[in-house]
Amino acid sequence: MTLIDHLPVLAVIVPLLAAPLCVLIDRARPAWLIALAASWLSFGAAILLLLQVTQSGTISYHLGGWPPPWGIEYRIDLLSAYVLLIVTAIAAVVMVFAWHSVESEIPSERIARFYAALLLAFAGLAGITTTGDAFNVFVFLEISSLASYAIISMGRDRRALNAAFQYLMMGTIGATFILIGIGFLYMMTGTLNMQDLAALLPEVSDTRTVRAGFAFLTVGIGLKLALFPLHLWLPNAYAYAPSTVTAFLAATATKVAVYALLRVLLDVFGVEFSLQAMPLNLILMVLGLVGIVSASLVAVFQDDIKRMLAYSSVAQIGYMVLGIGLANTTGVTAAILHVFNHALMKGALFLALGAIAYRLGTATLRDFAGLGRRMPWTMAAIVIGGLSLIGVPPTAGFISKWYLVLGTLEQGLWPVTLLVLFGSLLALIYVWKLVEAAYFKPAPANAPAVAEAPLSMLIPVWLLVGANVYFGIHTDISVGVASQAATQLMGAGG
Amino acid sequence: MNELPGLYNDWVAIFLMMAGFYVVISQGNLVKKLVGLALFQTSVFILYISLGKVAGGHAPIYDPAIAIYSNPLPHVLILTAIVVGVATTAVGLALVVRIHEAYGSVEEDDIQAADEAESTASSSEASAEEDAKQ
Amino acid sequence: MSGTTLLSLILAVPLLAAIGVVLTRANPNLREGVSIGAGVILFALVATLTGNMDWHAPPTLVLAEPVPGLALALTPEPLGVLFALIASFLWPITTIYALGYMRAHHEQNQTRFYTAFAVSIGATMGIALAGNMFTLFVFYEILSVATYPLVTHAGTDKAKQAGRIYLGLLMSTSIGFMLFAMIWTWQLTGTLDFTHGGVFGEEVSEGVLSILLLLYVLGTGKAALMPFHRWLPAAMVAPTPVSALLHAVAVVKAGVFTVLKVSVYIFGTDTIARIAAADWLLVLAGFTILMASLIALRKDNLKARLAYSTISQLSYIVLGAMLGVAAGAIGGGMHIAMHAFGKITLFFCAGAIMVTAHKTKVSELNGIGRRMPWTMGAFAIGSISMIGAPPAAGFISKWYLLMGALDAQQLFAIAVIVISTVLNAAYFMPIVYAAFFKAPDDSDTHADHGEAVLPIRLALIATATLAVLVFFFPGAPLALVQQMVASP
Repeated sequence: MTLIDHLPVLAVIVPLLAAPLCVLIDRARPAWLIALAASWLSFGAAILLLLQVTQSGTISYHLGGWPPPWGIEYRIDLLSAYVLLIVTAIAAVVMVFAWHSVESEIPSERIARFYAALLLAFAGLAGITTTGDAFNVFVFLEISSLASYAIISMGRDRRALNAAFQYLMMGTIGATFILIGIGFLYMMTGTLNMQDLAALLPEVSDTRTVRAGFAFLTVGIGLKLALFPLHLWLPNAYAYAPSTVTAFLAATATKVAVYALLRVLLDVFGVEFSLQAMPLNLILMVLGLVGIVSASLVAVFQDDIKRMLAYSSVAQIGYMVLGIGLANTTGVTAAILHVFNHALMKGALFLALGAIAYRLGTATLRDFAGLGRRMPWTMAAIVIGGLSLIGVPPTAGFISKWYLVLGTLEQGLWPVTLLVLFGSLLALIYVWKLVEAAYFKPAPANAPAVAEAPLSMLIPVWLLVGANVYFGIHTDISVGVASQAATQLMGAGG
Repeated sequence: MNELPGLYNDWVAIFLMMAGFYVVISQGNLVKKLVGLALFQTSVFILYISLGKVAGGHAPIYDPAIAIYSNPLPHVLILTAIVVGVATTAVGLALVVRIHEAYGSVEEDDIQAADEAESTASSSEASAEEDAKQ
Repeated sequence: MSGTTLLSLILAVPLLAAIGVVLTRANPNLREGVSIGAGVILFALVATLTGNMDWHAPPTLVLAEPVPGLALALTPEPLGVLFALIASFLWPITTIYALGYMRAHHEQNQTRFYTAFAVSIGATMGIALAGNMFTLFVFYEILSVATYPLVTHAGTDKAKQAGRIYLGLLMSTSIGFMLFAMIWTWQLTGTLDFTHGGVFGEEVSEGVLSILLLLYVLGTGKAALMPFHRWLPAAMVAPTPVSALLHAVAVVKAGVFTVLKVSVYIFGTDTIARIAAADWLLVLAGFTILMASLIALRKDNLKARLAYSTISQLSYIVLGAMLGVAAGAIGGGMHIAMHAFGKITLFFCAGAIMVTAHKTKVSELNGIGRRMPWTMGAFAIGSISMIGAPPAAGFISKWYLLMGALDAQQLFAIAVIVISTVLNAAYFMPIVYAAFFKAPDDSDTHADHGEAVLPIRLALIATATLAVLVFFFPGAPLALVQQMVASP
């Protein structure tokens, strides 16, 4: 077999192997270089994978040469390749940004180990998207979660420790629920391979065990997803984690959880069972909507900007879940598309915040006064990212809103449409608080002199901002793949 | 199996799980919370291990004289899960140590009080600054 | 030059001007030169486009296609071209005016001002030439965002408050209603292209059409239909050139232009005539005309009075569109042009008075006409145009509106037009009278000023002259507007 045949596993293995290397070297700059190289290699592999999948269909890779359902299968279909691309792309961009930011926020003797943990978190997330084995999902989930707890706790504020501990508690409960759910499914079918499960489950879907397993899995993933009302860990974790970590996790971790939800609900259990036999579509829709409105409202009243954007993330997850709950192809397309677009906008926003934190030390609303003049490029990035978050054309955010609203109208649910649009207006309010402070409030007299962020930060930020605009205008890739993946998912179940 | 009492191993697992969950929720001490969390996880391990039991089955070591084996796969899986559980507890305890260093306490109430005092202090400082400007 | 090249240039010139303004920020003279030059070039381009236009096969410029079947595309049509002509013609004039005003007033952040101004004009061009509702919406939103820094220009708490009302109302109506209506239309028909006779087939029920029309018209916050008019008076905190070009011409006209486009090309005049919501909106427009005029009567602040006058005048256009007859649409289209010349003159005068005499209130204007004869003369012409009396531009459009109301046999509309004419006279004529015939107040401490500075005077004389000229030669705009209704 040539290297190309091993592509599916490459995106996962490279960061997984690079992590111990960082620990062994234990010096800051080489560790960063390794992390950088690893993430770009993964990114490259992900691009090749997506190309391969779009050309020749789903790839099945047998780990160690053991065929499924006995061996572990890595299965890359369109959805996997798409989410993997998002994860690796964000990782690659964030790593470029990381050097200065990490150097200023983390004690130098811990930097190498920080990169090791960051790579592990990355490897875990990449693993979840590629594997076709249910138990493997659990293992990768725990790899990424354990590494996340560690890197979140490295924030400068001591509150980061408590936030990480809370996350650990809730995350572990969620993961254990997932484990129970997988156990129940195994009990009824005797297999762990997801394709196999999908084939065997319909026969036994009427049993209490399968239903219980379904419930455990959904709640467990919901915890990881920060689905309202299981989101309590998220705002603190995002607010106090180091800037690099916040940007990385906000743009990838919850996205991968959405992927897991899609995979389990629509692929393993099938559309018919998840969204029709069980009343889950209604539950998801209601939770999504409540999440959108309540989290956006809370975001409006935050003074700490990282926290504000964290609540906004909870709201945005509501949009994705709502899309799934609509139970039509357009809705699922919107959900997948928003996974992509939200990764771009939140990535850009949190990175820009990181640049501000790098120069100012903090990022509260007060610090923003007069920043428009002092850090023009960073603030311009925040404005464009914010417009994308609101869903103003021609940004990527608009495209996902478009499909979501179309999905609600196809179902004839116009009150839902109104709530979705209302959510956009709330986003307008909290984004505009920033803009107003930055451009129309004079900097306080005692404000420290602030220079524009260094280029190594601006370039990643503007790469993502550019992507926000590019994918708002040219949607062949983002919408094309998302709608194909959605059709695959919806078609598979019925 | 469909009788309400069900198999006794399920009840053991459910009891342990709820006990662990209760500890996580009710205890304010972070170390005790972790103990509860470990109990919660262990209950699932027991559930899995009991899954593998086949009535009349022997240990899965190949021998021509034996016709029925217990299913070894759940045991293997749970080995992995135990490792994960140990790692979780380790990370959790490490965090508790750091929290103790930073706050001087491992009681949730104390930590919350300290955080609140800090945030009110910084916000009153902020409003004082605003006042000074006006 | 081919049509598509022209279209891309029309869009590019204001944006290039914005970049040019930023680059030349160190040299104010050069910076304003860039703005004026770009304005002249832009007008020349639009005029060339109009001159070479074949209305049966208009050129189409596709910028992008974000959703399959839904392109970001420019396709000129008569009404849009008229709107683009007016906006691009008034841009250089306003820049000349702004040059005098901003310097005399010692405004801060002038580079940001001229940049945002240029981007706003670019967005207006996009709105005017949009080939479908989606493109129009995109540029509509860009215009809202680009004008925001102009409204909050002063940076004071009052300006920021105004900015919040401004953006809040415009964005919430457009995202909450217009976007909703658009996606709904897309879901029903699969197209958002501007089509003669509308896009809806027989299968869409009248109830749905009514809701859609309400969503579209109320969603066009820029049309300042009550109860969504609050942003316009709020926006008056902006520097006067902004109020003059954007809040008397570009932005508000973008709003009523959208209403006209929607009623002519999305619904079609025949459909408008048969659905119930058009009647409700007609009543709402009539109510807005009268209410805004009554409020204007009571406003002592000159710019506020002009703002409410604008609200009232805008609803004439909505009224025309909702009549559901060709003459109504023609009257609405003409009023876009006619009101523009009159109102921009009035704002220029208000700004001139503010910078030169430091007066903002109507009650302080006694006898000012003797010291500022040019300014107040122009003001008188603007007022006549607003009232709709000959020999000024406003007469022409009011004439067509009345014809439309007669055609549609809408007694209500006729009554509204007549009553509002009286009200218009009641709130403008006293100003003119006081300026020329009342003795100046003794307590006036600022009586030592003369006429406004030259750039300001030039600009307002130019627009006042135009307001009269168009009365005598209404052929060009009229031909364009009639083309809109006539072509297949």
